Amino acid sequence: TGRPKIDEELFEELEEALISADVGADTSLDLVERLRQTVKAQKIGDPARIKDLLQEEVARILGEQAQPVAFDHQPTVVLIVGVNGVGKTTTIAKLAHRWKQEGRKVLLAAGDTFRAAAIDQLEIWGQRVGVEVIRHQEGSDPSAVAFDAVQAAVSRGVDVLIIDTAGRLHNKSHLMNELSKINRVLDRALPGAPHETLLVLDATTGQNAVSQARLFSEAVGLTGLVLTKLDGTAKGGVILAIAAEMQAPVKFIGIGEKMDDLRDFDPPEFARALFG
Amino acid sequence: MFEGLAEKLQNTLKKLRGKGKVSEADVAEAMREVRMALLAADVSLKVVKDFVARVKERAVGQEVLESLTPGQQVVKVVYEELVALMGGTSSKLTLSPKPPTVVMLVGLQGAGKTTTVSKLGLFLRKQGRRPLLVACDVYRPAAVKQLQVLGNQLDLPVFSMGTGVSPVDIAKGAVEHAVAHGRDMVLLDTAGRLHINEELMEELKSIKSAVRPHEILLVVDAMTGQDAVNVAESFHGQLGLDGVILTKLDGDARGGAALSVKAVTGCPIKFAGMGEKPDALEQFHPDRMASRILGM
Ligand SMILES: Nc1nc2c(ncn2[C@@H]2O[C@H](COP(=O)(O)OP(=O)(O)OP(=O)(O)O)[C@@H](O)[C@H]2O)c(=O)[nH]1
Ligand SMILES: Nc1nc2c(ncn2[C@@H]2O[C@H](COP(=O)(O)OP(=O)(O)OP(=O)(O)O)[C@@H](O)[C@H]2O)c(=O)[nH]1
Ligand SMILES: [K+]
Ligand SMILES: [Mg+2]
Ligand SMILES: [Mg+2]
Repeated sequence: TGRPKIDEELFEELEEALISADVGADTSLDLVERLRQTVKAQKIGDPARIKDLLQEEVARILGEQAQPVAFDHQPTVVLIVGVNGVGKTTTIAKLAHRWKQEGRKVLLAAGDTFRAAAIDQLEIWGQRVGVEVIRHQEGSDPSAVAFDAVQAAVSRGVDVLIIDTAGRLHNKSHLMNELSKINRVLDRALPGAPHETLLVLDATTGQNAVSQARLFSEAVGLTGLVLTKLDGTAKGGVILAIAAEMQAPVKFIGIGEKMDDLRDFDPPEFARALFG
Repeated sequence: MFEGLAEKLQNTLKKLRGKGKVSEADVAEAMREVRMALLAADVSLKVVKDFVARVKERAVGQEVLESLTPGQQVVKVVYEELVALMGGTSSKLTLSPKPPTVVMLVGLQGAGKTTTVSKLGLFLRKQGRRPLLVACDVYRPAAVKQLQVLGNQLDLPVFSMGTGVSPVDIAKGAVEHAVAHGRDMVLLDTAGRLHINEELMEELKSIKSAVRPHEILLVVDAMTGQDAVNVAESFHGQLGLDGVILTKLDGDARGGAALSVKAVTGCPIKFAGMGEKPDALEQFHPDRMASRILGM
């Protein structure tokens, strides 16, 4: 920032940058307050170091490194959940593409039997990626799709089964119960499944993502998060508030609409982009 | 999160009741709380700053300073200013004197455009109109099919030319089709896009110049955070919006994006999406939205 010294204005600027990146007012204030104390305790005088300190702290909160999906089950069952329109189905296509390229045998399950043409959307992706899709009819019970898909995955010797679900708002208890049921049915079909439950969050979302993470976690338990649409101008800073509250790390980010627009989450890089 | 701005302000300002009058420092403290509440509701920082400045001006006025209940008075001022900013009462669609009226929905990916096109179709038919839904999204897998399924469910005609034709030509074809078949409203579903994607924003401009929509409506997800201002400003700057539709208000988001979008574009918010079903579309009510943003 080319400032001669560290002053209150600098701290305020940082605070505003954090708020504008959707970190949330409370979390932003906390972060900057801690920074003030560090600066004082360590007698830091060079303003050029401030941003680095803050970025290091952000990366620390988010976990130093990306946490990959462990494939220690055969098949590994991955359940994808989230509110409407965040990018679940597209993320599944991206994951399928990536894991297929890694040499794994991938199967998809069209568990969104509710939204118009959701099954067709996943089928088109399945064709593009070159993986099979287990589907029932529109309007059928998603748990039944999940159950069949697990059986198919076992009998076909698949490495990873990825299950799509309909978008649902976390404050709708009947829809969240439906999700819990899918979860239970999966465990019945294959004890221990699902092995990964990923909540997809849209980087454009503000503080409501905290409520999403909380309620989805209560309903199905989360092993990780996927942050999509980071190719836009939104920064997705709300994951900092989420990280302060729960264990589920961000595992992947989405940076576009194509099947190779998926990256491992990189906390230091994310921290840098937060102020970029 | 804040448990009701009203309560907090009451507490802050109660302390000073003993003193008999509200000082400037007290007002500053109250304004800090207003600011935190609006930020927690996802109102964009820039909008919050302007807004708080305006509220403060009124708060240091006599109506608050001399009130027996300064906390309540500040809340009242905040509420009134919010309602005013989001624009009087609910708005309607402008109809072309010469049918068909062309309405184009635009917005970021996943905001709810396709669903809203079908909702609008139903809404307009209930008003005695004859809408035509038009599938201009040739990119997203099964986007055309999605609109066809929705149209089918509602028994509304859907115009499509597949995915091998440019959206500009589809829009032109749709208007011709509407004229030929006595359809008086043409509702264009466009593909989701980022406001910074120049090529796709150009495409919207081309559709605009080809069919001259009477209404270009930005569809905004109520859960949107600070980015709402960038998106709205950019779409408005490039296309000239006529209005906004806020979706997913059936969730628990405070919906501060409503304020941000209105503040930076000046465009009225015309409708609110209240669910996934085709009848879940309502007129937008600024007063309800103000209460919601404030957590009242
Ligand atoms: N720019 C961008 N767009 C994305 C990204 N991921 C998904 N999208 C787009 O977002 C829109 C919604 O994606 P979907 O995958 O259908 O989302 P979903 O969560 O399955 O939606 P529902 O099933 O309706 O709840 C589509 O237009 C996608 O192309 C991303 O990382 N960046
Ligand atoms: N709960 C709720 N869901 C909604 C509402 N409006 C749309 N949706 C859901 O949001 C998701 C995305 O809706 P779409 O209509 O496909 O969004 P879109 O803007 O056309 O998406 P793209 O074409 O991919 O950009 C779907 O799951 C819809 O059912 C609403 O008001 N409330
Ligand atoms: K969205
Ligand atoms: Mg989907
Ligand atoms: Mg669409």
